[in-house]
Amino acid sequence: MRAALLISVKDLRQRLRDRSAILVAIVVPLALAYIFSLVLSGVTGGSMTFTYAVVDRDNGPLAHTFTGVVLKEIERQGLIEVRREDSVETARALAASGEIDAAFIIPEGFSGGVQAGGPAMLEVIGNIDAAIGTQVARSLAESFVAELTAVRVGVASVFLAGGADEGETAALAARAAAVPNPVLLEDVSAASRELDPDTFYAAGMAVFFLFFTVQFGVSSLLEERNEGTLSRLVAAPISRSAILGGKLLTSFLLGAVSMTVLILATMLLMGALWGNPLGVGLLVAAGVMAAVGIMGVVATFARNAEQAGQWQSVIAVVLGLLGGTFFPVSQAGGVIEKLSLLTPHSWFLRGLGDLAGGVGPAGVLPATGAMLAFAAVTGGIALIRLRKLTEL
Amino acid sequence: MSVQNILECNGLRKAFGDLVAVGGVGFHISEGETYGLLGPNGAGKTTTISMIAGLLERDRGEVFVDGMPMTTRSVRAKKAIGYVPQELAVYPDLTARENLRFFARLYGMQATDVKRRAEEVLEIIGLGDRAGSRVKEYSGGMKRRLNIGIGLLHRPRLLILDEPTVGVDPQSRNAILESVEELAGAGMAVLYTTHYMEEAERLCDRVGIIDLGQLMAEGTRRELVSLVGERDRVALAASGNLEAAARAMASLESVHEACPGGESIHLLVDQARNLLPRILEEAAKAGASVNGVEVTEPNLEAVFLHLTGKALRD
Ligand SMILES: Nc1ncnc2c1ncn2[C@@H]1O[C@H](COP(=O)(O)OP(=O)(O)OP(=O)(O)O)[C@@H](O)[C@H]1O
Ligand SMILES: [Mg+2]
Repeated sequence: MRAALLISVKDLRQRLRDRSAILVAIVVPLALAYIFSLVLSGVTGGSMTFTYAVVDRDNGPLAHTFTGVVLKEIERQGLIEVRREDSVETARALAASGEIDAAFIIPEGFSGGVQAGGPAMLEVIGNIDAAIGTQVARSLAESFVAELTAVRVGVASVFLAGGADEGETAALAARAAAVPNPVLLEDVSAASRELDPDTFYAAGMAVFFLFFTVQFGVSSLLEERNEGTLSRLVAAPISRSAILGGKLLTSFLLGAVSMTVLILATMLLMGALWGNPLGVGLLVAAGVMAAVGIMGVVATFARNAEQAGQWQSVIAVVLGLLGGTFFPVSQAGGVIEKLSLLTPHSWFLRGLGDLAGGVGPAGVLPATGAMLAFAAVTGGIALIRLRKLTEL
Repeated sequence: MSVQNILECNGLRKAFGDLVAVGGVGFHISEGETYGLLGPNGAGKTTTISMIAGLLERDRGEVFVDGMPMTTRSVRAKKAIGYVPQELAVYPDLTARENLRFFARLYGMQATDVKRRAEEVLEIIGLGDRAGSRVKEYSGGMKRRLNIGIGLLHRPRLLILDEPTVGVDPQSRNAILESVEELAGAGMAVLYTTHYMEEAERLCDRVGIIDLGQLMAEGTRRELVSLVGERDRVALAASGNLEAAARAMASLESVHEACPGGESIHLLVDQARNLLPRILEEAAKAGASVNGVEVTEPNLEAVFLHLTGKALRD
């Protein structure tokens, strides 16, 4: 164990001297995640950049539902930002200046009017330059109003029978709050089931590059073999398991550290929301092990570190694409979606999606288990084959 | 046994497919003794050493290091050996100091001892002032010295050096030979392989001559040389009546053989240096003029030639 640790520390020291390692492990994935989320989030529609103002001149229960439940929930997912304004003029000025994308105006007597069976009207003031943001705001308002209209008949009869009491208004509010938003929810699912675009690209790039980062540990066994230093390790009074253990530990530590740095960096720099730390920790640990196992097996088929690097890169790219780290494969459906289950990447993203969906740490156990299964199978094969590589 | 054998190996054999790289090699080295394995490229030196150091699974034979049986899994026996591979085996991205400390720890040295010993070895190999530079910035000779230094770190009972001077400038080479002499003087047993006859003659108490995976002969320099007879070879470049000159020389006492060639005469003599004036005198009398003289005293090269019918270096 001590020897494995010594070898691993030595490997890490060697690796950290190499600038390109840090580039691959941290800088490139971070930059790509940032660029993707910047460029592609506009296309897919879901975005952090939508800032809305709400002018609530009604102050009734339905207005509170709209602002306190519907908008709040979407805001919680990190897709929009909502601020309150007191006057329509201010909101209009903010929209005109581009400081906000759009403003919702809830007219005076909105709740009372709807309860009395009148037409539901929400006003949206948009910025011409923020066409998508305005469109999204309009869809939000329309779908909320449409839902109110649809349920009004039932509610109206309740009102007629016994007048509007608190409970019934709340029931109406609750049903209206369940309003599905056609624009936002569809486009969010285009990224991944529940992940917002920033988190999706952060997670996608992190797990994609993880498979490059962990290559070093196992490939370095080949490198030591070619460079002759392996004969020194074998001549030393340590077991072969210690040599192998050291190499696997190196890969694991490189993967775990780079993932941790990426998670923290994307949280701070991009506002990515990874979710419950314990759940994320489980997913990362299992994901790193799976990556080490798979890259380990690939390396054992290569003649030298260079060839191993090439093969590993091909496998990492194929698995990454298939696993939906660049483009969501969940939408492709059919064979591709099924195939994606053969990649740890898709399980990792799935687990994060579940976390974002609010399942709590225990909810990631299926995804964690799937990745551990990858790790166990490939790691086992890798160990058997790697042991041969320590024979001179 | 009066002196403890640090290394004992018998009947070592290793084949790679059909090629028998080492076929039944055995010898022993006692405390403070330097043993040389002298042989040409491909003779089986590295293969033999690899079996002794527990790097290579052997087909047959046994190895004991400091009384402990050696296999590829013998942690204890390996600790008694300092191994310096033929190819450079150092980490180029690390500094010399880091290389030394890593291997010192790997050999189980205590933390405080690790640092002190690394500095000591840096002094021994003369890299003290460059210890903090990365090894990839070193010259070839400096790398070689570090390669050797790593083998000395844990004060092994047996130091194995596999052709440590190949590709080294004369100065570094001399420094390496001096260090080996010092270490042996301090009681370390040394196993030294080389295909340089001069190194074997200078360093080794005993030499094993190896070719085609077989130990052809073994002994001190004197013992080995006596195999070819302690006669000197003299080659005269000459012209004129070489036949007559050769006949006259052959009649001299302590000239055992004199063969005339096209433009030369080859002699096998005792004590060539003392005899040379008389040989030249005979040549002049017989009407031959001598243009050049080359004297070869018997050495391991000659022994090798005698044993294998070929030169050590071709
Ligand atoms: N791993 C191997 N696989 C196949 N053949 C090998 C292997 N190692 C050595 N040999 C062969 O065994 C023979 C002895 O090689 P070895 O390296 O022991 O010679 P050596 O005396 O050390 O030579 P040199 O002076 O060139 O280092 C050679 O013919 C070599 O080609
Ligand atoms: Mg050799």
